[in-house]
Amino acid sequence: MNPVTKFLFELQEVGLLLWGVLTGLFRKPRYLDEVIKQMDLIGVGSLPIVLLTGFFTGGVLILQTFPTLQYYGIHSEAGRSVAVSLIRELGPVLTALMVSGRIGSAISAELGSMVVSQQIDAMRALGTDPVKKLVAPRVIALIVMLPLLTVAADIFGIIGGGVIASYIFDQDQNVFITSVRNGITSNDLIGGLIKPFFFGMVIGGISCHKGLSTTGGTVGVGLSTINAVVLSSIWVIIFDFFLAKAIQSILGVGII
Amino acid sequence: MQPTISSEKDLRGPLVNPDQVELRDLDEAVDEPDRVVPGIEFRDVYLSFDDRQILNGISFTVRRGETKLILGRSGGGKSTIIRLILGLLKPDAGQILIDGEDITPYTEQEMMPVRQKIGMVFQEGALFDSLSVYENVAYRLREQGVDEDEIGQEVRRMLQFVALEDAIEKMPIELSGGMRRRVGIARALIGDPQIVLFDEPTAGLDPPTARTICELAIKLRDLQDVSSIFVTHEMNNLRYLSSEYAVIDEQGHVVFEKEGEKLCLINTEVIMLRDGEIVFSGSDEQLQSCRDPYIQRFIHGK
Repeated sequence: MNPVTKFLFELQEVGLLLWGVLTGLFRKPRYLDEVIKQMDLIGVGSLPIVLLTGFFTGGVLILQTFPTLQYYGIHSEAGRSVAVSLIRELGPVLTALMVSGRIGSAISAELGSMVVSQQIDAMRALGTDPVKKLVAPRVIALIVMLPLLTVAADIFGIIGGGVIASYIFDQDQNVFITSVRNGITSNDLIGGLIKPFFFGMVIGGISCHKGLSTTGGTVGVGLSTINAVVLSSIWVIIFDFFLAKAIQSILGVGII
Repeated sequence: MQPTISSEKDLRGPLVNPDQVELRDLDEAVDEPDRVVPGIEFRDVYLSFDDRQILNGISFTVRRGETKLILGRSGGGKSTIIRLILGLLKPDAGQILIDGEDITPYTEQEMMPVRQKIGMVFQEGALFDSLSVYENVAYRLREQGVDEDEIGQEVRRMLQFVALEDAIEKMPIELSGGMRRRVGIARALIGDPQIVLFDEPTAGLDPPTARTICELAIKLRDLQDVSSIFVTHEMNNLRYLSSEYAVIDEQGHVVFEKEGEKLCLINTEVIMLRDGEIVFSGSDEQLQSCRDPYIQRFIHGK
């Protein structure tokens, strides 16, 4: 298969999988307990790494930009710079990348080993649709939890920025907070929450598809895990660009 | 009434003494029109992967209460036949009928009720390793929304059937290969499916365990009137399944008797596959006396 055909084929497969998840929502049986279990695993389980990532990203942003802002005499706007870049871009993207590394690999490894040990076939043979039982709970949990994780990362990022600004650069905390509050608009927030919704679909769709299409034993499981993480990370970043462009034109975010 | 063999009886397997076992009247059974409909029927089925022809015009039927042994070398399309019956694969051409119902055009959704009639024993057991033995065996009934008390009863009954009641709380990872295979059988048999498919259930097991699994298959065939397909490449399995039958003795125990003057087994037939084609179909006696050099080599391993 040439690369273009292969790409289109994979795109079709992921699309069909997500379509299966969507149409499955309106059919019984529903595996609500499975969804909740996945939400716990994906959401609560990823919270520590997402918070750490957010906190230190916010901190390093201030660390690197504060001297420059000071040089131009606009260091009172430091809070705005960290809040806007976190909420619009870094929060959603870094959260999605951390989650795709942690959860994308877990999903594809788990589904992949189920495929090679014939558990998926067994499941189908026992009359259960694996898309409903395995794929849908994971994709739904990702779509629901990723925006929430993003919010947590944003908040901790701003806190991290504030901590660095006040302890290293001796900025008054009120100045920082005021500049954050003046800097962000509701459109920033909406735009920043639309992205993780799509990223959840991207990570869930790609990881589940890679896991379910595993072939070739344990080596195959390793390969599909690599592919799941690499592809979902790349597609998160590519999607981010186009989503940013779309949000800019629709909501007018980022055009001053 | 002594167990006898008659031309009508072949539809229901070797007889046990009717005083001891609950069996419906023979004549009534023969008159049942749906007994004439085979459990499984393949009509001229073709299948290829990429440019490799896997099945090349396969046709056969498995009647009610009959066991079909499918012999053939590894990679010869034996497991493919089983996957086709379950609708996990679709044929390129031809028809597959389950209980007279053509499943070839069925979608995944439409296959679900058909699959509930079929029990499948996978090569390596294929147990869900995140679930305990109890949950594995209960899986099918839980999915059907059966009452939990009833599920518990059924699970215990099935585990008793495969002699594994003690393992009920264990996880699959704690079990030996043979035990895992038996849990797989219990999981396949819950809900009393009328069709059971065995995909090399004895591969890689020690002879006594392999024998136990064959005995389970014989019990299903003779005592529960199940249609089954038994894919294997081990000649021992063929010997057990085609020469012994299960009866219930006066104490209510299941005993296995050798085929002999009293009874001749006619509910077990053999198919041999070679390069996606059926090269032999008939009883095991016919197989033994077959002159074909390929078959002779397969049987005697030289």
